[in-house]
Amino acid sequence: MALPSGARALPAPAAVARRTLADRDDVLARLLLAPALVYVIALVGVPFVLAIVLSFSSATAGSLELSWVGLRNFLAILPDPQFHRALWNTLIFTLVSQALVIVLAVTAAHVLQAAFLGRRAVRFLLLLPWAAPVSLATMAWTWIFDSTFSVVNWTLRFLRLTQDWYYWFGDPTLAMIAIITVHVWRMFPFATVVTLAGLTALPHEITEAAVVDGASFWRRLLEINLPLLLPIVTVAVLFGVVFTSTDLGVVYLLTRGGPYNSTHVLASLAFQRGILGANLGQGAAVALFLLPVLVVVAAGMLRTARRAEVGT
Amino acid sequence: MRRRRRLGRAVRRAALYLAAAAFTVFAVFPFYWMFLTTFKQDRDLYVGGTVMTHIPWIFNLPPTLDHVTLLLRQTLYLVWVRNTVLVGLVVVAITLVLAAPAGYSLARLTGRWGERLSIGIFLTYLVPPTLLFIPFSRLIAVLGLQNSLWALVLVYPTFTVPFCTWLMAGFFRSIPRDIEEQGMIDGYSRLAVAGRVVLPLAVSGLLTIAIFAFTQVMQDFVYALTFISSVDRMTVSLGVPVALVRGDVFYWGSLMAACLFTSVPIAVVYNLVIDRFIAGLTAGAVKG
Repeated sequence: MALPSGARALPAPAAVARRTLADRDDVLARLLLAPALVYVIALVGVPFVLAIVLSFSSATAGSLELSWVGLRNFLAILPDPQFHRALWNTLIFTLVSQALVIVLAVTAAHVLQAAFLGRRAVRFLLLLPWAAPVSLATMAWTWIFDSTFSVVNWTLRFLRLTQDWYYWFGDPTLAMIAIITVHVWRMFPFATVVTLAGLTALPHEITEAAVVDGASFWRRLLEINLPLLLPIVTVAVLFGVVFTSTDLGVVYLLTRGGPYNSTHVLASLAFQRGILGANLGQGAAVALFLLPVLVVVAAGMLRTARRAEVGT
Repeated sequence: MRRRRRLGRAVRRAALYLAAAAFTVFAVFPFYWMFLTTFKQDRDLYVGGTVMTHIPWIFNLPPTLDHVTLLLRQTLYLVWVRNTVLVGLVVVAITLVLAAPAGYSLARLTGRWGERLSIGIFLTYLVPPTLLFIPFSRLIAVLGLQNSLWALVLVYPTFTVPFCTWLMAGFFRSIPRDIEEQGMIDGYSRLAVAGRVVLPLAVSGLLTIAIFAFTQVMQDFVYALTFISSVDRMTVSLGVPVALVRGDVFYWGSLMAACLFTSVPIAVVYNLVIDRFIAGLTAGAVKG
């Protein structure tokens, strides 16, 4: 095996190789890993535990004291209709948007897989929503759904689909539609590219054999492609679930939880109670309800990661 | 028979282009809207949506640079850009220093438990800011870093380090072991081989995680919103949506200009690393 050019340029080594610290793999392994590991434990692990501890405390933003109040925060939020609404909204926004994302992504991936003029350009343009900073993209949507100047309303009227005027952020249902639209818009490009990667990696022989056997497009899609794509679509969806269910920016910037606190999600409610309302304990308790989602997603990710481990 | 097949193919072709066009329009539409709004005159911009004779999709009056001038001269946009770039560069540096050695260690030196550990580190990437911003607001207060860019510098690596370590481990695994073994037979220490032979071979990996870390910094809204209250210390992601609004009046032209000028460059750069990102995320799902 020839050394790469970079290696040849090295100065001649000492005649006698010394066994020093720099040669002991076990010590080096720990030394090289330690900084990153310490950082992750200190700034993800510790805050994570603190998030749980805070939810059992009466901590406020103003003081640094921390006193144990048991389940009081949970007892305060559990009967709270605003909390129920936030929990429900988080569930609805995540489920509906991810369902739409799956359909759009599988379709778009099949389109992008076909060879056509300008395919690379289309792929690049499709990725814009995912790559753009979420808060800025959300501002564009705020303007698009503006109560006086909404281009959506103008276009719906122009196409004679409706003569009504919609106040997108003035009505709970419309506001929810707007929020879901933004989530779908933001997540489907990413899911598309992930699905496309899976589609490209499918073994050609299987598709060809199916074509030779006379299987129709739909049969190939439903009985061959989709089952084979399942693992990779699962990854895209798990990732999408984390991003959508925990997102604060979209709801905060589009509706601030309104109208009448009808569009709050757990994240925005936690922000309102914990940071704006300075009741850290209650905010932490609200945010903690996201934990089950994360546990499920982590378990799912772990399964695919295991497969990677077996694969290598 | 043949003619019918040809017709079928043409229809399928048309459907393909139509679908591609539909997806593209949906994805690009808000960016087109940013573009239109940025360069439209106010008289062309603020026409109520009920006026059917005024088509909002095109320039009805000649385009203008007024909104851009206002954004650059009379707002803090450039200060926010500077803040973002500063924070971004420091976070990129921290990420490289932490993730590259850790990735090498996980790929080469740790064996079986290293794989478990790297998956564990990867999973911490899934712990969202939404769960952590409340404890962080407390920690940041204890450290006296409220309203300081240092708070962001401290916290942002939480979402860059885990995934970048995972990516770097993958990069190092893809470099043949023979190269290092040859170097060590020649008498170099493991550390010297790692630093002088393997690291130069992993430059594309380092570049990838640098770009990835920077774009992640651009994405954050939650932490900036939680920690930063002074307008002149905001990042672009926070300042544009929160501070470009004066009272109840939105300066939509300038606001969309800021969105456009920030989003498009970052999207172009992000496009360079998206494939690596997805390969890292789906390792396993593709193979299986």
